[in-house]
Amino acid sequence: MSTMAKGKYGLFGWFATSMVVFWLLIAIGPFVWTLWGSFKVQGDFFSKADWRNAIYGVMTTIETGEPFTGNGYWGAWVQEEFWRNALNTAIVVVFTVIISLTLGTLGGYALARSGYRYAFIILIAALIFRAMPHITLVSGYLLPFFEWNLWGRLSTTIIVLVAINQPFTLWMLHSFFLNIPQELDESALVDGCTRFQAFWHVIVPVMWPGVITTGLFSFLLAYNDFAVTSMLLSSENQTMVPRIASFLGTVREQGNVMFAVSAVVSAIVPLFFLVLFFQRQIVSGLTAGAVKG
Amino acid sequence: MGKLRIFGAVAALSLTVGVAHADCGISSGNISVLANDFPALHAVVSTAESCAGDGITFNKNHTAKHNEISVAALSADPAEYTSKIVANSSIVPLLNKDLIRPLDDLVAKHGQSLKPNQLIRIDGKVMAVAFMANAQHLFVRQDILDQVGMPAPTSWEEVLETAKVIREAGIMEHPFAALFKSDWNLGEEFVNMYVGHGGKFFEPGTAKPAINNETGIATLNMLKALTEYTNPDFLTYNTSTVAPLWESGEIAIAQLWGSTGGQLLDDEGSTPEVVAATVPLAAPTVAGGNTPASTLWWDGFTIAKNISDEDAEATFIAMVHGISDDMVRANNDSAVWLMDAYVPGKAAEGVAATAAAGAEPYPMLPFMGLMHQALFQELPDFLQGNETAEQALADIEAAYVTAATEQGFLK
Amino acid sequence: MPHRYFFWFILPALAAMVLFIALPIFSVAVQSLFVEHEQVMKEVENCGPFKCETVLQVDNETTARLQEEAPLGRFNGLGTYTNRAHLAFEEVGQIWAKTETWEDFVAGVYNLPLYKALFFTLSYTIVVTPLVLILGLFIALGVNRLPPITKGPTIFASLLPMIVTPLIGSLILFWMVDADGILGATLQVLFQDGDLSLKASAPLTWIMLFVYGVWHNTPFAFVVFYAGLQAVPHETLEAARIDGASRWQQVRYVVVPFMMPLVIFITLMQLMDGLRVFEPIVGFSASAKATSLSWIIFNDLFGDSKLYGSAAATSVITITAVCILLTPVLIRTWRDFHRKST
Repeated sequence: MSTMAKGKYGLFGWFATSMVVFWLLIAIGPFVWTLWGSFKVQGDFFSKADWRNAIYGVMTTIETGEPFTGNGYWGAWVQEEFWRNALNTAIVVVFTVIISLTLGTLGGYALARSGYRYAFIILIAALIFRAMPHITLVSGYLLPFFEWNLWGRLSTTIIVLVAINQPFTLWMLHSFFLNIPQELDESALVDGCTRFQAFWHVIVPVMWPGVITTGLFSFLLAYNDFAVTSMLLSSENQTMVPRIASFLGTVREQGNVMFAVSAVVSAIVPLFFLVLFFQRQIVSGLTAGAVKG
Repeated sequence: MGKLRIFGAVAALSLTVGVAHADCGISSGNISVLANDFPALHAVVSTAESCAGDGITFNKNHTAKHNEISVAALSADPAEYTSKIVANSSIVPLLNKDLIRPLDDLVAKHGQSLKPNQLIRIDGKVMAVAFMANAQHLFVRQDILDQVGMPAPTSWEEVLETAKVIREAGIMEHPFAALFKSDWNLGEEFVNMYVGHGGKFFEPGTAKPAINNETGIATLNMLKALTEYTNPDFLTYNTSTVAPLWESGEIAIAQLWGSTGGQLLDDEGSTPEVVAATVPLAAPTVAGGNTPASTLWWDGFTIAKNISDEDAEATFIAMVHGISDDMVRANNDSAVWLMDAYVPGKAAEGVAATAAAGAEPYPMLPFMGLMHQALFQELPDFLQGNETAEQALADIEAAYVTAATEQGFLK
Repeated sequence: MPHRYFFWFILPALAAMVLFIALPIFSVAVQSLFVEHEQVMKEVENCGPFKCETVLQVDNETTARLQEEAPLGRFNGLGTYTNRAHLAFEEVGQIWAKTETWEDFVAGVYNLPLYKALFFTLSYTIVVTPLVLILGLFIALGVNRLPPITKGPTIFASLLPMIVTPLIGSLILFWMVDADGILGATLQVLFQDGDLSLKASAPLTWIMLFVYGVWHNTPFAFVVFYAGLQAVPHETLEAARIDGASRWQQVRYVVVPFMMPLVIFITLMQLMDGLRVFEPIVGFSASAKATSLSWIIFNDLFGDSKLYGSAAATSVITITAVCILLTPVLIRTWRDFHRKST
């Protein structure tokens, strides 16, 4: 592909580059705006009178004496103890990713190496499972979970998130394993390894790019989930996203929007470092993988 | 929020921690409370929590999803929560499934401090203890009324007239706002207006709908007439949208929840001029009726059925402590409390006036929730001018009948 | 791979899916065939803080007895599927008989809740999916040409719309497109129309939801395509270049065919996510103008009165719709699989 980058900057080059610039503008724009607005008071953030107030911080200056304020962050993190929710999210996400990837690699490997019809049926069934609206599934869990005293726990939520994400994980990892040449494990088997030894010594070392990419998507699913976490966690175990939603108020009360805005901005920060850190693997991982579908 | 007030809040918080382990006279038991997530309920539940101590475990869950999980949570045996804080609509699913216990014994034994009008009696049995009231009512900007020389409106017809004058005076293009968001909010606006017209939702003694009539059409036409004076975005307007609009001085007349009053009248998010001119009024009457076009709401606590009598008693004592006079004095302006110690402030005037004018309570019927849902699902088409009032009412009726048949209320 | 090994490798993943997805789907399908027992009601006097009144209340003892006899409720067959809230056979028949023109017939059917939701859901899926594919491909091609040093930050920035939870992401945009917000006010100036409001008009709300859908889903397509591009064989491209293919032709005849499996994968995921669209409708408060299948399910499940049977039926209809839309892709996957196994 690098050959395309060479040569002079033709019509195609200009088109592709302006596409990227345009995309970056619409992708980043809302976040820059939110980041800026998170240091204002609500009157400026909404700025019903004139949207330029949000830039200059007119109301913020009137209420706090400065054009910028950290009150939203203070309120969310100190007063509302948002760090507890951040901690819960960390626990849920770490365990969900580890468990999903463990189950997914084993299953995905088996599916990729089995030529029998039932493997195909499992793949298709997984696809259909993924079509089920999550809210229906979650409302079905409620009664048994309460009955068996499983409701409200982080562990229950982790298992549910793993199960719900399993179809996607299986599909993605299955296509990664298809790309790892079958001769590799066959030669290991010829050398006298058991199936599991072959998997462990031959496949595991070469599977990381695919696993990390799949892990990123599992991570995002768990990190952003609202349908499951909002229904299955008690308030002391709540993760970040349902908590942010709760800052937004109820039918009869106005919420504290600035807490929500500050919390949203805070929740993006760890993702920034994560993506920067894994960026190389994400790309090389996808390269090795899904290409064959 | 001003720094000073945050420090105040933190200080108050540490104070309550300091005086924890109040002696409520409970020696043992499990107490766990499921409640909605807003400040007044936090105050009640935290005060109840101060009863926790040796031998007593206390657990609370404030969540906006309380209604979604309450039936499942209380169906378990033992129930996940010993107490659920309800309102007149959210008690219905618990009653329908027989998940809360009669409180008569407990009231006789430990409820001396409760006033008779706090006791919610169903079929003669006390099923809940109410502690706060709420209702939608008008807020007006006195400065703008003075500017156009209009008196404060007392009926919806006068609201229309006043809005017209304000628009014609060139002060505001959209002087009115109400909670018309096309979800539960919109259903509530229809219910209020229909009740104000003296309408009945069901044929007496049955679950058959009775809204497809002249009263229904009058209600729809009034709602439609009001939307002429609201911003065209009105179908997205809920409390969180309208309150900031009000605070930035963009609206002159609004129908909002009484519980929003505290935020509109504080010193945050608005200019001193707007705050000083904000006046809460009773909900208006309509079509020459005598009672306000609004429904009254209460919030109260219930005790689960599927728990031991010991836990039920402990929970009851703690919750009675939670709504004690001390709690009211410490949180006087957080809500319109029903207890004697309450000193109504300016923010409570609207709810008090609406109740005094004889507004109806929101119907506590097993099938009212189905009607409410049918209303908000079918009304937007009419309000956007896509169909006639007759068609809208026929649709509501059909949607309700379908749902009520499935639930077994209709054959 | 021998059956025995396959079984042990797949067991954990399969167990999780069977327990938490297959069993619930089965129970949902069963539940959709039942409706609740007839509610036995009696008149009682209720007293609250405001007044006393005589009203109907469910007679718990009698209802409990009925419940015990048949815990699932009354068998209703496919009755729930055909009632007004779902496929509405009877109502559609009546509309057919009453209306003269196709236009009136369509308008009448559109007035029924499920068809209305289905119409938006399908439009959303059909509009958003190809746009996501095209935009994702072009961004990937563009980013691929960037100097290496700028690639990292660009990739992060491009991922932002997908990273933020849909509920909050749509809410942020909703605030911005308000007539008083930065985007809304800018559009008013651009179109020189002071009354322009994206939230007030149905077509504009639809466009807003489509744009959001593209914005939120493009990063996924972009990342997958970008990775795919890294693996396009040099030799083939080189050969095409020597044969005098323009860059457009290189993309059209070399890059796109090579990445066809990726296109299928993304299409598959997008079709499914499109049919389950829910969060943007809530985030944009758009339910007056656009409803989706998931929105209907949400209302039935989480309203004051819970219509489990109805929600179950809508869920089964959603799954069926997904299966129908996926059929062509499934057939292709089967062919690939068959090739592999032989």
